Amino acid sequence: MRVAKIELVHVYKSYNGKDNVIHDLSVSIEPGEFFVLVGPSGCGKSTILRMIAGLETITSGTLLIGGIEANDLPPSERNLSMVFQNYALYPHLTVEQNIIFGLYKKKISKQEQKERCLEAAEMLGLTDFLKHKPRQLSGGQRQRVALARAIVTHAPICLMDEPLSNLDAKLRAKMRSEIRQLQRRLGITMVYVTHDQVEAMTMADRMMILHEGRPQQIGKPLDIYNHPSNTFVASFIGTPPMNLAEAKVLESLLLFDSGRAIRFHHHLPPSKQQIIVGVRPEHIRLAKEGDDHFIAKVINVEVLGTETFITFELTKNEHWMARWNGQWNIHVGEKVPLTIDETAFHFFHENGQRLNYSLLSYAAGKGGCQ
Amino acid sequence: MNTSLSMKSSPSVLIRRKRAIWAVLEGMAYLLPSLILFSIFLFYPMLRTLYLSFYATDHQGNPVQFVGIENFVYLLKDANFLQSAKATLLFVCYTVPASVILALCLALMANEKLKGIGLFRTFFSSTMGMSVAASSVIWMFMYNPSIGIINKVLSLFGISDVQWLLDPNIALISVAISTIWMNTGFTFLVLLGGLQNLDSSLYESARIAGVGYWYQLHKVTLPLLSPTLFFVTTVLLIHSFQTFGQIDMLTKGGPVDATNVIVYSIYRDAFINYNFGSASAQAVLLFFAVLVVTVLQFKFAERKVHYQ
Repeated sequence: MRVAKIELVHVYKSYNGKDNVIHDLSVSIEPGEFFVLVGPSGCGKSTILRMIAGLETITSGTLLIGGIEANDLPPSERNLSMVFQNYALYPHLTVEQNIIFGLYKKKISKQEQKERCLEAAEMLGLTDFLKHKPRQLSGGQRQRVALARAIVTHAPICLMDEPLSNLDAKLRAKMRSEIRQLQRRLGITMVYVTHDQVEAMTMADRMMILHEGRPQQIGKPLDIYNHPSNTFVASFIGTPPMNLAEAKVLESLLLFDSGRAIRFHHHLPPSKQQIIVGVRPEHIRLAKEGDDHFIAKVINVEVLGTETFITFELTKNEHWMARWNGQWNIHVGEKVPLTIDETAFHFFHENGQRLNYSLLSYAAGKGGCQ
Repeated sequence: MNTSLSMKSSPSVLIRRKRAIWAVLEGMAYLLPSLILFSIFLFYPMLRTLYLSFYATDHQGNPVQFVGIENFVYLLKDANFLQSAKATLLFVCYTVPASVILALCLALMANEKLKGIGLFRTFFSSTMGMSVAASSVIWMFMYNPSIGIINKVLSLFGISDVQWLLDPNIALISVAISTIWMNTGFTFLVLLGGLQNLDSSLYESARIAGVGYWYQLHKVTLPLLSPTLFFVTTVLLIHSFQTFGQIDMLTKGGPVDATNVIVYSIYRDAFINYNFGSASAQAVLLFFAVLVVTVLQFKFAERKVHYQ
């Protein structure tokens, strides 16, 4: 199978000629890569996917598919398949007819159509349902029919627009790994849109985080998790999200509101007056004897069995959350001594951008607790 | 033991029964307004018509003598009635398929996303806002052999003096054409609504598959639109059987009964000839004809309908 690279070069999209919904997007999606577009709803991720598919025009910029400019190619000539959020199955056709619908234009013999259909159906466990109508199937089975329809075309690129959002949580986790395995087995280039950061983290080779039509960060999931490029990415990726708070820097002291201070010994915070400080919940520990610690009042405790979330008062108005492994018997209102490794701090400019001063190399080794 | 059980349970059974009766009464109270309206304007006239159809009546429409099914027997032997039945069937065949196909074509065109398409949507649906009387007057002028625009245009091609409403061979077709025009607005609007309701991702999926327009129309649009098509066909069919206004305005059933459809014949028998018994019998026959056609339509055509 021929694999294809997708390149977007300075792409803009505007519906009314004035306001851009996509700003200056440049990204290159490698052949055989599982690339995830992730962001909150309305951030433009589906628009990007639809531009790649050819369902939306590109206002300015260039789209290259397999090295060929594809801006004006009709969708059917881009040699790709697409899975829609609502599956887009034809209710009046059987599963088999639905699967081979996409082969109509490809001038393939009836025999080969049948073979491909059976092959795809077998891969997805649909063999028993080929004569059924979509309405007789469950949500997960319909999802599989949509997948089968995408893979019978043998297109080197597959686009998926929030394909799992209509499934329940258990099925979603199952389909997540099925889709990932399928993509690996077929070696196709996958562009996958989701608003669910867990899907993005678990499925992506690389991902792009979008916010209000602007790309925020592109990279491997763990790199993004460990080195978020701004406060939006920091709070979007990770559950619970990274704790953020404004602080003042006074030499080696980090001053928060209402007089809380944290002293740094080895690594000085950046020499800026006003910054934003971020700490992942798993990096806030219970202080042992001799540790440099601060005392905080516990606001809420959620015991999940394997781990415990502890919400505490950093300052009067700011609540942070710590995430500890195991089951902790801590009561609301209790005061606990907490400590944070100096290396676990992320520093951001007031405007949200990451400050280059940080303990990247060191933190990278210790992080990765996803 | 049995007695004690039944004694224990009997009060609660009584209460439950009481409650059930109250619930039924409450439900009836909610239904009452529409029941009253339907009874006055629908059920009573229907039963009254059925009743009259078994009687010979005087000029005020009072039943005089019970004649059993004689009214019906007479009608089925009557050449005039058979002509009416034939005219009605022809009229239905002329108007229903043509109306649906024309409106479907217009709806498919108006469903395209083009600049200024809203204007055409308004035009195409505008006949819905026109009364039968007003439309009939317009068509009467257009059909006028000497001053009508249709003959004026035809004369440019060397065809002259077509007697649209006076020629017994053409009159029914002329009325049918004007009826198709009147039907277009409603049918168009319903079909366009149906088209706009179709899931756009199905079409996007077809675009990615590279399916051509006619294949898409045949394989996607028409099957998905079939519930709407079925609906408009059924409504038009019933409507067409009951055509009256344009006949009365354009031809008065003439020439030589060529356009004397059943409803017009009923009107003439009842309110011109004061033969209420025969008129009632015709009405009953028409009712059953419409019923049978509709049932057949549901039985056979609905098989091809794909509900989502």
